[in-house]
Amino acid sequence: MASIRFKSITKKFGEFVAVEDLNLEMNDGEFVCLLGPSGCGKTTTLRMIAGLETPTSGQLLIGDREVTFLHPKDRKISMVFQDYALYPHMNLADNIAYPLKVRGEAEAKRHARAREVADVLKIGHLMERMPSQISGGQQQRTSLARALVYPSEVYLFDEPLSNLDAKLRLEARGFLNHLQRDMGMTAVYVTHDQAEAMALATRVAVMDAGKVVQYAPPMEVYRRPATTFVANFVGSPPMNLLPVEAMIADGALHLKADRVSVAPLPVSRAVAAALNGNSKLTLGVRPEHLSIARGGEANAITGQLFANENMGPEKLVTLERDDAARFTARIFTDDVIALESTVTLGFSSEHIHLFDPAGARLPMDGEPA
Amino acid sequence: MTRYLGLYFTRIGFSVATALIGVFFALPLVWFIFAPFNPRAELGLSIPEPFSLTNFEAVFQNGFAMRGLWNSLVQSVGGVILVGAGATLASYALSRSPIPGKSVITYILLLFSSVVSGSAAMVPIFLIINGIGLIDTQIAVILVFAGGLLPTAMFILRDFIDSIPKSYEESAMVAGASPVQAFFDVALPVIRPGIVVVVVWAFVSIWGSFLIPFILLRSSEKMPASVAIYSFYSEAGTPIVTLLAAYSLLYSLPVVILYLLVSWKFGFRFFGGIKA
Repeated sequence: MASIRFKSITKKFGEFVAVEDLNLEMNDGEFVCLLGPSGCGKTTTLRMIAGLETPTSGQLLIGDREVTFLHPKDRKISMVFQDYALYPHMNLADNIAYPLKVRGEAEAKRHARAREVADVLKIGHLMERMPSQISGGQQQRTSLARALVYPSEVYLFDEPLSNLDAKLRLEARGFLNHLQRDMGMTAVYVTHDQAEAMALATRVAVMDAGKVVQYAPPMEVYRRPATTFVANFVGSPPMNLLPVEAMIADGALHLKADRVSVAPLPVSRAVAAALNGNSKLTLGVRPEHLSIARGGEANAITGQLFANENMGPEKLVTLERDDAARFTARIFTDDVIALESTVTLGFSSEHIHLFDPAGARLPMDGEPA
Repeated sequence: MTRYLGLYFTRIGFSVATALIGVFFALPLVWFIFAPFNPRAELGLSIPEPFSLTNFEAVFQNGFAMRGLWNSLVQSVGGVILVGAGATLASYALSRSPIPGKSVITYILLLFSSVVSGSAAMVPIFLIINGIGLIDTQIAVILVFAGGLLPTAMFILRDFIDSIPKSYEESAMVAGASPVQAFFDVALPVIRPGIVVVVVWAFVSIWGSFLIPFILLRSSEKMPASVAIYSFYSEAGTPIVTLLAAYSLLYSLPVVILYLLVSWKFGFRFFGGIKA
C-alpha cells in the first residue's frame, strides 16, 4: 500500500486540456473517488496513475517513487476496467492467474491462488468456463479477482459497476465497501454516480472541466458543497438552487424572491464580503430538508404542483415556479400526500446554503471555509 | 383473395428465376466434378461411363505437372508466412501507435499494391528482380507476391485491430506484462481470426496466380501448377480435356482443404470478450 501524489499535473490531448494543474494527495489506505460528469478528466487522471497516459507536465509519485514516465508494468498497481477486458481466449482460471503468470509463478501455484480469490468472490466453481460463458455480474467479479490476485500498492477502478444492472450494482458496491474495510487498500475509484462515491469513498474529489472543485470526505461534500456545481452534482435529487436578491439591513441578511419568504439571517463575514457592491446570491436547500408547509413556517417557497412521485419509503413533491425553475422536496412518510394545485414548501434556516454569484459557497461564521 | 394469389405467383416466379440462375452457375462445377472420372471426357456434360481413374494415372505420371503442385505449395506457403507475419506486426503497430497521418500511409500503400501486383508493373518488377540476380528462383516469386499482397493484408487487418478495444493490452500491461508479452499473450490470440482471414486470402491469391511466376521463372522444374497446367494442352493449343479435368481437380483440392480446415478450426468468425 502506498500514497499517491499529483504535483501540478497537466494533461493535454492536442489543444484540449483534459486535466489542468492538478495537485492532489491520496493517503496510504485511503479510498478516493474521482467524481464528475463525462469529459471532466476523471478517467484521464486515473489512467495517468496507471501509466496508460503520460502527463504533459508535472510529477506523479506513488509512495516515494517518482512514476511519471514509468511503464504500467513497473508501477505495482492493479486495475479493474469498465469493460472488464477479460481475455476471451483464456478460461477464468487463466484470466485471474494472468498477473501471476507474467511474474513467473508456476502453473499449479498460480491456479491455486486464483482459486482462492475466486472462492472469496463466489466464482470458484466457474474456473473452467470462458468469459463469454458467464453472466455480466460474474465477468465483473472475474475482473475484480484478477486485480486482487497479487498484492499491489494501489488499486484502480474505472467505473467498474457501470455495466451492471441496478440490483447487481448495489450488491457489488456493498462488496467493495466490505473489501476496503477488510484490506485497507489504497484505491482510486472513478465514477459518475454520486451514490457510489458517497457509499465507498473516504474522500471524494469532485471534478469539473479538468479541475478538482472539492476534495473532502463524502459527508463534508454533502453538507458543505464548495460550489453550486458540487451542490447540483452530489445528492439525489440534487440541491434546489434559487437566485435571490440580498441586502443587509438592521444587522441582518434579508433575501427576497418572488413567492418566497426567508426569515432574516445572521450576516457572516463571507456574506458581507460577497455583498460588497452586489445584491445577487444563490439560495440552496436540499430536497430532504423541505416539507409541506402547514402555515407559520419561517421560510417558505410557493409554486404550482409539477409532480408528486411515490418512491416507496419517500415521496418526491416537485413544484414549478413562474420562471420554470423547479423545487423538489423529499418527504419521508407512509401517508399519501394529497395536494392542491398550488403548493408551499417550508424549510428551517439552519438548512440554508448560500452561494456567491460565481457559484462559490459562502460559509457561516465558525464553519470551516 | 386475389391479392394473396398474386403474392403466391410472385413468390413462385421468384423461386424459379433464382433456381435457373443457380443451375447456370452450378453446371461448370458439376462438369468439374464428373469429367476427371470420365475416360472419354469432352466439354459437354455427361455421367462418367465407365467410372475410371485412368485420367489420374496419366496425370500422376506427368512429372512436370506433379512438381508444379509442389512448387505451388512452396511459393504459397512461403508467401503466406511473409504476408501473415508482416501484416500482423505492421498493422498492429499502425493501429496502436499514435503516428500522425497513419491512415494516409495505409491508403497510399493500398493504392500502390494494386499497381505492384498488377500487370502494369511487370516490366519494372522483372528488371528489378533481374538486377538483383534473383531471376528463376522461388524466392523471387515469394518476395514479389508478399510485396504485392502485404498492403491489402495490412489494410484489412488494421481495420480489424482498430475494432478491438485497447483495454485488452492495457489490462495485461497493468497486470505486469511487458508490451511484447501483452502482444503475444493477449493481442495476438484476440486478433487471430483476422489473421486467419488474411492468410486464407493470401494463400488463395498466390495459389491461383499465373503471370508473376510465368515471367520470373525460367526453368520448367520451378514452375507452379498454374503454369504447369499448360502441359495438358497439345502443340496446337487445344486442351486434352480428360487430363486437364483431372489435374484441375487436384489443383483445387488444397484450397478446398484449407477452407474446410479453417472453418472447422476457427469458423471464420470474429469473437470478443469485452462487455460493451
